[in-house]
Amino acid sequence: MDWLYVLMPIAGVKIFWPGLIILGVGVGIIGGFFGMGGAWMVTPGLNILGFPMAFAIGTDIAHMAGKSLISTMRHGKFGNVDYKLGIVMLVGTVVGFEVGAQMVMWLERIGQVEKYVRYLYLILLALIAWMVFADVAKKRRKEREAARTGASLEALATGIEWHKTIHRIKIPPMIHFKEAQIYISFWMPVLVSFLTGWLAGILGIGGGLIRMPALIYFIGCPTHVAVGTDLFEVMISGLYGTATYTYKGRTELVAAIIMLIGAAVGAQIGTVATKYIKGYGIRIAFGLAVVGCAISIILKLLARAIPPYAAIFDGSATVLILGLVAAMSLYIFVRMVQGAKQEVAAKRAAAKVPVAG
Amino acid sequence: MKRIWTKIIGLGALAFILLPQIALAAGEKAAPLVIVADTRRFTGWQAWWTNLYNESHLYFTLVTVAIIPVVGFLFGCLADLIMGRIGIDLKSRELAEH
Repeated sequence: MDWLYVLMPIAGVKIFWPGLIILGVGVGIIGGFFGMGGAWMVTPGLNILGFPMAFAIGTDIAHMAGKSLISTMRHGKFGNVDYKLGIVMLVGTVVGFEVGAQMVMWLERIGQVEKYVRYLYLILLALIAWMVFADVAKKRRKEREAARTGASLEALATGIEWHKTIHRIKIPPMIHFKEAQIYISFWMPVLVSFLTGWLAGILGIGGGLIRMPALIYFIGCPTHVAVGTDLFEVMISGLYGTATYTYKGRTELVAAIIMLIGAAVGAQIGTVATKYIKGYGIRIAFGLAVVGCAISIILKLLARAIPPYAAIFDGSATVLILGLVAAMSLYIFVRMVQGAKQEVAAKRAAAKVPVAG
Repeated sequence: MKRIWTKIIGLGALAFILLPQIALAAGEKAAPLVIVADTRRFTGWQAWWTNLYNESHLYFTLVTVAIIPVVGFLFGCLADLIMGRIGIDLKSRELAEH
């Protein structure tokens, strides 16, 4: 069974390559569907496959850049990517990220920064999960009220509408973002991306997990456009991160390319699934993923707090994350297949009608 | 106009070379140790690759950063072709938040 293992030229370890492809498929599906890089899912997976931690992060970022490019290409064809908005937000993201990163270095001198960063991450995830589920509850309440009066909600109606308040701020220059269908002050996306970039810099994460809901709730993007535009940003920041980690000698390109084989398939599945799962379906699934991520961080905090049980808590966190990736990928895959089957059947039925007539 | 573009491109190139040094400073810190790839175990392209890693991290980085989007693009096009064969519309979708 030696052929199932490939020797990594730089890391010098033998890795089970089908495992890399499976991992690539899983995170490709989730990344393409939610519009995030998913470093929090890949790094423990690579570690389990036998990658030294020093190479796990760099390899993950390199694969993330390629995977996001594949997803962006597909989302772009659906009209889900607002490139203008992505570029405007990139300015705020980069500046915010650097400010956050410098702030962490300053905080490191005070000590215990890692512990506080984990707590901050946890609070942020709780806020995002609350925001998503409060939005879903509010939308359902609106639907019930509309049904009571015999009316129906418009197709693009949402629960939480904070973006409407932000859209009222008319500081010039005002910009129209065509794909996102919004008319907003240039400074608002810059400010929101600065804040999300700043948080990502402090937390040491890519930021897709924060930027995607920010695009929806603060900028007012439809869910699909938020997913596509966020992936466009992840692609650029991923390339930038690849350069950083590779220059430090921490990227295993062979593994990243093997993962990309799986991710190319996964990203297509995840992206096409957004065609069949409507905006609120994506929001609910995203909320559940955030809850899973938060629980895994709680387990990691417990591992530090109770050292005798550290192995159990750390192991549980990894099992939870990989279980979450497997379950969500399977759900998205099944929904995509069901949707595609229905569409193909409808097309065939439509093609038969003129013949019968 | 040409001078402005030259300046913009020059600054962009400078930022690309210099910024990775300070970027991602808040991320997981790489251990301050030198990793050397064992070139004796490889032949052909793998030997060339490991040698490039040992000789210059800068060139190694440039090649990696060039390869990732190219491979991503090629795999993306290939996956696109395969998806195109299942017979679904891959160019439009409903805009809906239902």
